[in-house]
Amino acid sequence: MANRVLTGTRFVHGDWACAEGAISAGCGYYAAYPITPATEIAERIAQRFPVLGGKFIQFEDEIGAIASVIGASFSGLKAMTATSGPGVSLMLENIGLAVMTEAPCVIVNVMRGGPSTGQPTMGAQGDVMQCRWGMHGDVETIALAPQSVQEMYDLTVEAFNLSEAYRTPVFLLSDANIGHLYERLTIPREEELTLVDRKRPTLPPSEYLPYRADESLVPPMASFGDGYRFYSTGLTHDEKGYPDMSVETQDKLVRRLCDKIRRNTDKITMVETLMTDDCEVLVVAYGIAARSAATAVKQARERGLKAGLLRLVSLWPFPDKLLEKMAEDAKAVIVAEMNYGQLVREVERAVKPKPVRFLPKLGENPHTPGEILEAIRRIDA
Amino acid sequence: MTEEMKHPLSDYLRMDRLPHIWCAGCGLGIILHSYVEAIQELSMDLDKIVTVSGIGCAGRASGYVNTDAFHTTHGRALPFATGISISRPDLKTVVISGDGDLFAIGGNHLIHAARRNVDMLVICSNNFNYGMTGAQYGPTTPLNTRTPTSPYGSIENPFNLVALVASSGATMVSRWTVYHVYHLKNAIKKGLQKKGFSFIEVISPCTTGFGRLNKQTPIEMMRQLRDNTKIMKVHPMEATIDPSTEIIIGDFVDVRKPTYGEILRELEAKAR
Repeated sequence: MANRVLTGTRFVHGDWACAEGAISAGCGYYAAYPITPATEIAERIAQRFPVLGGKFIQFEDEIGAIASVIGASFSGLKAMTATSGPGVSLMLENIGLAVMTEAPCVIVNVMRGGPSTGQPTMGAQGDVMQCRWGMHGDVETIALAPQSVQEMYDLTVEAFNLSEAYRTPVFLLSDANIGHLYERLTIPREEELTLVDRKRPTLPPSEYLPYRADESLVPPMASFGDGYRFYSTGLTHDEKGYPDMSVETQDKLVRRLCDKIRRNTDKITMVETLMTDDCEVLVVAYGIAARSAATAVKQARERGLKAGLLRLVSLWPFPDKLLEKMAEDAKAVIVAEMNYGQLVREVERAVKPKPVRFLPKLGENPHTPGEILEAIRRIDA
Repeated sequence: MTEEMKHPLSDYLRMDRLPHIWCAGCGLGIILHSYVEAIQELSMDLDKIVTVSGIGCAGRASGYVNTDAFHTTHGRALPFATGISISRPDLKTVVISGDGDLFAIGGNHLIHAARRNVDMLVICSNNFNYGMTGAQYGPTTPLNTRTPTSPYGSIENPFNLVALVASSGATMVSRWTVYHVYHLKNAIKKGLQKKGFSFIEVISPCTTGFGRLNKQTPIEMMRQLRDNTKIMKVHPMEATIDPSTEIIIGDFVDVRKPTYGEILRELEAKAR
């Protein structure tokens, strides 16, 4: 039997690291439809899974892929799909089903330029709002944004852990630049990994209510074939899982589904800061754009400009309070992202009335450090 | 409730969900009854069956069965069931859904699940229209039928479901009606025991929709299923269907081919 966790240091690309992250996390089911720039994840999984006993299937489309992922999740497996923006567009209805029925799963979006077919081989950060607001109805979502090949691995593991802990789909928002980037990846020893598994029911089947949650707001999850004989539906449902169209049930269910994530914003939030203690200009960035921002902030400091970087490692749930606090002593905030204005709206809302300067970037290449440095310099002047 | 008053199938149904939502004269109750009776007669372990459905009137069937059950999004019962079938080959995966769910919005998944020969039983209630939304025309509606979205008569050619599924690779293909309860139950029993993609089309009257709009009473619709059907052992391509004149019914295909799961397990053994 081959090793599940390929401990050691290698020079690999981001999609490869993501696939290995999934395998390390214990992913047992992967379904996807080929799409640039995420296909290499499926290729790596297809190579590795048969040896490990994982189930890989290439579906007829992304809708089928995500529907089967939810079926596998309810069958007791950790399950994942990977795609790009157009694929997520097709998946959204069923991602909503995963939210509603509380199916832990991971959805990797290796973002490319949009809208529509856009720039298939080129990176972008244009799907940040799609994963937050693309589904109909009220939802909260969890999304992580890796900035390196190493984080493609680390955050894929983390995405599985969060999905299992909160019984919800979790997005890994990467982009073509990182997916296709070759860098050093260090995979830890298996015993060094922290893995989370969903909470299982402790009550006997006759007393089990599939959608009754304790104060954690996350109900224990039985799997098909365990003898619990539960029923689950995308319709508004009561604690038994039965359809119930009453106002009270809708109110209670939607609040719980959202609150189980909202109330844990502080726990879920992951950020990295660079020289923010005394900063007058706070730069906010994530993913590949944050690498240029880090260089720009260091260059600014060399020139005596008091700049700092807040790198958002998790994007959703959005850490409003943290942003507000971080921006408290700053003169202004700069947001650099590879789109025409998405997460900047959240930042503006959180730091109001602090002035926010937005640096958009469209078309493959991230901002250069020089561009961000120039923006810092202008605010300081 | 005393022991004598207990319905013989009450252990197989979620009694706290009954009565069901279906209209008087609708065939879905007969399909549900045939399904659970087949399970009972085979003495199958209810813990080892998963019933999956899509959206629509037939989509509600999964909610009444006392097995693990899931009500998916519209058209996606088959990929959801594929996820189960591959993950848990020890369970019997059954899909109960309607013609619109399985052949219009979910049509692509159907041909691919059949092509892959995923081990599952699909029971498709065909009522020739979209019942739940108010009897609009669908992929099985006969040509020239008046419906709310085809007020001058439908101008589309309907699918022949058994021919389509058989040509896509299904290893068991049957067509029965809710009038032919004995044959229907036997076909379901066979499908529950079959390894591979098994498909049973069940012609079922939509009395409130199709019937009312085409001036047919529930009794007339049931009579039609008796009088206009002909049991034949033919190639599925020859199993023609025209509800107003003749519907060929029967068991058309029953062959054994390696299932997707079986081939996958072979591949895993080789890869190791």
